[in-house]
Amino acid sequence: MNASFDDQKHSNPDQDSPRSVRFSSTGKVSISGPLCPTPLRDYPHIILGHGGGGRLSSELIEHIFVPAFGNDALRTLADASVFPVHRGRLAMSTDSFVVRPLFFPGGNIGDLAVNGTINDLAMSGAVPHVLSVAFILEEGLAITELIAIVGSMAEAARRANVSIITGDTKVVDRGHGDGCYINTTGIGIVADGVDIAPSRAEPGDAIIVSGTVGDHGMAVMSVREGLEFESPIVSDTAALYPLVALILDATDDLHVLRDPTRGGLATTLNEIAVASSVGMMLDETAIPVSPTVASACELLGFDPFLVANEGKLVCIVPGPEAGTVVRQLRSHPLGAQAAVIGHCVADHPRTVVARTAIGASRVIAVPIGEQLPRIC
Amino acid sequence: MKYLSEFRDGRRARMLAAEIGRIVTRPWSIMEVCGGQTHSIIRNGIDQLLPNGVEMIHGPGCPVCVTPLEVIDKALAIAALRNVIFCSFGDMLRVPGSRDDLFKVKGAGADVRVVYSPLDALKIARDNPAREVVFLAIGFETTAPANAMAVKLAKQQSLENFSMLVSHVLVPPAIEAIMNAPGNRVQAFLAAGHVCCVTGYASYPSIASRYRVPIVVTGFEPLDILEGIRRVVRQLELGEARVENAYERVVTEAGNVAAQKVLREVFAETDRTWRGIGTIPRSGWRLSDAYLDFDAEHRFDVADITTHESPLCRSGDVLKGAIKPHDCAAFGKECTPRSPLGATMVSSEGACAAYFNYGRFSRSER
Amino acid sequence: MCLAVPGRVERIYDADGTPMGKLNFGGVVKDVCLAYLPDIGVGDYAIVHVGFAISQIDERSALETLRTFAELGILQEGLDELREKQDESAES
Repeated sequence: MNASFDDQKHSNPDQDSPRSVRFSSTGKVSISGPLCPTPLRDYPHIILGHGGGGRLSSELIEHIFVPAFGNDALRTLADASVFPVHRGRLAMSTDSFVVRPLFFPGGNIGDLAVNGTINDLAMSGAVPHVLSVAFILEEGLAITELIAIVGSMAEAARRANVSIITGDTKVVDRGHGDGCYINTTGIGIVADGVDIAPSRAEPGDAIIVSGTVGDHGMAVMSVREGLEFESPIVSDTAALYPLVALILDATDDLHVLRDPTRGGLATTLNEIAVASSVGMMLDETAIPVSPTVASACELLGFDPFLVANEGKLVCIVPGPEAGTVVRQLRSHPLGAQAAVIGHCVADHPRTVVARTAIGASRVIAVPIGEQLPRIC
Repeated sequence: MKYLSEFRDGRRARMLAAEIGRIVTRPWSIMEVCGGQTHSIIRNGIDQLLPNGVEMIHGPGCPVCVTPLEVIDKALAIAALRNVIFCSFGDMLRVPGSRDDLFKVKGAGADVRVVYSPLDALKIARDNPAREVVFLAIGFETTAPANAMAVKLAKQQSLENFSMLVSHVLVPPAIEAIMNAPGNRVQAFLAAGHVCCVTGYASYPSIASRYRVPIVVTGFEPLDILEGIRRVVRQLELGEARVENAYERVVTEAGNVAAQKVLREVFAETDRTWRGIGTIPRSGWRLSDAYLDFDAEHRFDVADITTHESPLCRSGDVLKGAIKPHDCAAFGKECTPRSPLGATMVSSEGACAAYFNYGRFSRSER
Repeated sequence: MCLAVPGRVERIYDADGTPMGKLNFGGVVKDVCLAYLPDIGVGDYAIVHVGFAISQIDERSALETLRTFAELGILQEGLDELREKQDESAES
């Protein structure tokens, strides 16, 4: 058994040993796995052997991962991938993805796992560079689904110009996972002079959102709740670095950049308000929400400001720069509906307040946990 | 959405508020019975548009808040049983029982599922014939027809693995209990529009005349609520105590007759304990004798429950309108939405949670 | 207490003897039990709570209510104008 087995952690304590395979394994794997030379296509589902480090593992690597992610670093199949470092500082971020269902309108767990991590990098102003990916597959996952997920990851990575240079796969017993979990870790490069931090918002700053909020969360929820649509709600999953580049182009004084994923816009704004010790005054009617998302929220009793996004960013810039930044954002398809939604204020520090449609005000609070369909 | 957006118009809302300001000459205390209306008032800031002196008292119309502790504890006990799939509306998962809540029981291994409709629970029962599927049937008259239909269909389809833990509550007895309570400050009621969809409002005139209290059937959008307030204020100023319907597009005097028929068949009136308030005679529904086989309390042995309510929690006084949430010493300190002592801090429409989430700023501003 | 939303009936069908409908809620379509509104037809609007239609919406009443608001508005605007004029004459 080679190095691929030295880092096993038990994802499932009931089980003696999770089956593991590393893409970067040398290929000189142990023959403790099944020896039957059956080609991959004869196994329609993931079986425990696919994580066993044997021939089945190799087949996953050779037939699925390497062709999809194909790049020089990965192709060496070494135990670790080596890559050159450019000038500047490095940014690193990691995220795990456990979305259910695996496939939802507008995407799947694969593009989510790529975009999610490279967006976290982008929010520090980093140009995303390389990614690692670790799969935890459940016995019984259809190989066709894995191929679709991996294909989406490859496509998302290609579009964002990042390479997936190392990875790992483990298989857990049926019933011990939701088909597929993915962890990705990314490294990006931050240019000199870029300094973005959640604590830099100041009174007078404008708060800008790059487009409609709530699309991803409601796309996923709609599948769970059996909703149908006239014009479907699709996840907004997308790589945001192109928008970040446009903003950095438009202003030298970008104070805060965040992507409002889990917990939605409300959570992100509250985090910024606390980190910067500013108040925020939003105009509720200025926050873009697609009509179908608004309707679905109405039906299930959700607040769209608390619903997850996977392809939107919030940026905070000095008030006078807001016009230029919004114009720049709108020049890109991902930012076509960008809007100034409010301002940072010196009053009520650490509290986010919205002016309501009838001209009164309300506090936008952080949700306690996941929103659930409610009856009242 | 049609029939919603027209009733949210900001300009018209301000005009209605101005009209209320024009007709009011002295302070009035008005209770919106329904938690959905509380939610809308706080969410939109409707109370901020009202003239000084017109005070909204938030009523007990939140099923999550008034479902008795004993029922929550029974739910937790049943949910923890092996072989049970426990189904509930999402609202109930965070409601604290004596020790745990459904989220914690789920975390400890129970199979607890959130459903949008009781029909979803029925489908789970069909799909899992070897498991016992229990549905937590809570709510006011609005929700009761749906729950009644679920158990009626279960009987028709001989779904013997389906049962319901029933804790339905009724609005009119609660209104009377509030009026009879010592120190009552409520001078008029906005009646809950969606409850009246089902029940109609034929039972209200006798309450209005007996207690000399105006009752206006009211909807949920900002314009609906302001119109309800305008109508009760007008009656109060004129010294009237009538029943009016300000939600005519949805509510008729007779209500939904087809639903009432099924409710009579499936449920029977019973005394019900309201959490924080106490027992109100004939204020609830239980399954009728014809449906006792589907009663989870009969099916599972959970009679031996001792409950423990936090001594700090004053949610009962909040629900009766005796105090505002922030008058409670524990508000925002020992009791927050993250670690609620009482149910009014749990539900998004519970008065305490609504004040905590939406009200802090408007209070500090004043 | 009760989250209920208005939707338009797009299609009526039968599920094992229970009348069901596809209702459109502002572009979102959901299956809804119509057992309690036996007379509802395609194109009608209903108020829906936990997957059940519990009340048919009366279009005429809705328009009437909106008209009342509008009249109130006109009344209010008229009053405001009157007051402004009075204020002006008082100032001059």
